[in-house]
Amino acid sequence: MLTVLFDGIAYGMLLFVLAVGLSVTLGLMNFINLAHGAFAMAGGYIAVVMMQRFGLSLFWGLPVAFLVTAALGAFLERTLYVRLYDKPHLEQVMFTIGLVFMSVAGVDYFMGASPQIVDVPQSLDGNIDFGGVSLNKYRLFVIAFCAVLTLALQLGLSKTRFGSRLRAAVDDSRVARGLGINVTTIFALTFAFGSGLAGLGGALGAAIFSLDPQFPLKFMIYFLVVIAVGGTTTITGPFFASILLGVADVAGKYYTPTIAGHQIQIGGFVIYTIMVLVLIFRPQGLFGRAPGK
Amino acid sequence: MIDTALHATTGGESRAMAWFAERAKWRWPEFALWIAAFALAFVFPSRSALFNEVAILALFALSLDIVLGYAGIVSLGHGAFFGLGAYVAGLLAKAGGGAGLYSDPTFGLLVAAAVCGFVGYLTSFLVLRGADLTRLMVTLGVALIFAELANRMAWLTGGADGLQGVLPGKILGLVEFNFMHPEYAYLYSLSVLFILFIVARKVINSPFGVSLRAIKGNALRAGAIGINVNRRLNGAYTMGAAYAGVAGALLAQTTAFVSLDVLEFHRSADVMLIVIFGGVGTLYGAIVGAAAFKMLYDLLAAATPQYWQFWLGLILVLLVLFVRGGIMGLVSGLYARMTGKGETP
Repeated sequence: MLTVLFDGIAYGMLLFVLAVGLSVTLGLMNFINLAHGAFAMAGGYIAVVMMQRFGLSLFWGLPVAFLVTAALGAFLERTLYVRLYDKPHLEQVMFTIGLVFMSVAGVDYFMGASPQIVDVPQSLDGNIDFGGVSLNKYRLFVIAFCAVLTLALQLGLSKTRFGSRLRAAVDDSRVARGLGINVTTIFALTFAFGSGLAGLGGALGAAIFSLDPQFPLKFMIYFLVVIAVGGTTTITGPFFASILLGVADVAGKYYTPTIAGHQIQIGGFVIYTIMVLVLIFRPQGLFGRAPGK
Repeated sequence: MIDTALHATTGGESRAMAWFAERAKWRWPEFALWIAAFALAFVFPSRSALFNEVAILALFALSLDIVLGYAGIVSLGHGAFFGLGAYVAGLLAKAGGGAGLYSDPTFGLLVAAAVCGFVGYLTSFLVLRGADLTRLMVTLGVALIFAELANRMAWLTGGADGLQGVLPGKILGLVEFNFMHPEYAYLYSLSVLFILFIVARKVINSPFGVSLRAIKGNALRAGAIGINVNRRLNGAYTMGAAYAGVAGALLAQTTAFVSLDVLEFHRSADVMLIVIFGGVGTLYGAIVGAAAFKMLYDLLAAATPQYWQFWLGLILVLLVLFVRGGIMGLVSGLYARMTGKGETP
């Protein structure tokens, strides 16, 4: 029971790091980016390549995955995404699904379709005994890492000048613009940072969930659930939503029999139902506040 | 329109009637398209299995075009109704065992349409509550729930093994489905598509269709001139769901098999792609888009079996960036230049 909770929290923490960038860009630019998972996948594969081809440890893979995906995000934002901000949602959806298809096939071409196996660093391999419960060291590391990251994000958002500008821009980008805040630059930076975080999450999670080319499609749904339940106005909302989803998902996998080939949908029924119910009764998310406009 | 509204006299009324009649007039390329479509069954009978797929896909795309192109509801889960229709028709045909009312294909289509229309009507209330992003996620969520239900209810649906023993009876009690003659199945699907297309065309060019256009243009203003916005959207969503159900039912009947694949996410994504590809809100875009999609799919899958998705994605991205209005946008531009007048948009 405790193991399920523990695994669920680790999984939820990962989901949060993966999805938080999407939540901010969605809240800020009202842009539906279904290709967010592609950045996470990119980060995961970068870490895999670093480890398998160059023999580096995962500790080096994490910062590299973050930086490269952030750069990739910044590049794509400036060249492609920027042209779609004022387009209808439908076109944004089609455009980003197109990107997902391309990334899926592209990764398949270069890396093969089989799931990648990631070796956890020696120092984090195995379990430790903690008050009678045996805990996986790597998952413990993930929880600690993500917790520090979440705290840093929360502090950065609430205490720094950039953070307050970002919050102002999310609240009302027109007024923020009128006050002389350069929303375009803020958005570009946030997009790059969010993509980097997704890449980091992908690299961190590669050892926990299977990393294969179908990753962006599989996780797109999870990201949307996190956003739907957590809302886009805060980062604590998506955080609690991620933990909830992580625990529910792991518990669902534990307590229901799995049918081969349909693992992703096991326990999904409850999750999707909750998502639809939340969307109907609290369209702004379980933890979000209603828009002031 | 404004003009006709101002003259609410008998003169204005007749002008409005004339306006609707003008919209509803058939143009020669439309006749040519349908004649060509029916002729294909006799020219290339051996390839009719492929044409059949195109016809079913076209009907499915048509159903989404009603929801997306006319009602303006962005749905990522339209496959739910396709799958539901397929299972309803499949289970009916199985229950009938190849004879009697239950196995009658036409009856199967009607029941599938009724069931999907009803479910579509119920879910339309959920869908209409939110804005674009919420709608996207609610439709996706509903589709996922359906897929999950079909997976769990293996005693009814056959689960991952698929529904075995689907035996559709004779079409209208006359012609039997025959795998040696795929053109029968094609002609059947095409006839259904043709009939439903005419109905959709009538609906779209009726005052109801015009009010949908007004809502899509500006829902607030449409409400202000006395259109009951949500009622109209409920209606359009219901109609789209029923059409999608018929498309699914056609697939179940002509392939005599239903599997969980009918409810997979890629169906919803593909059909959306087809509608965008062909041109949103054009009706014919659904048919042209389906044909182009299937051809492209075959070409790409033959050239790069594993990576055709990449090219599909690339086409999507380029389409959004550079070509507005899809294939129909290009075609109607050409048509307008040829005849020297603008086609009704």
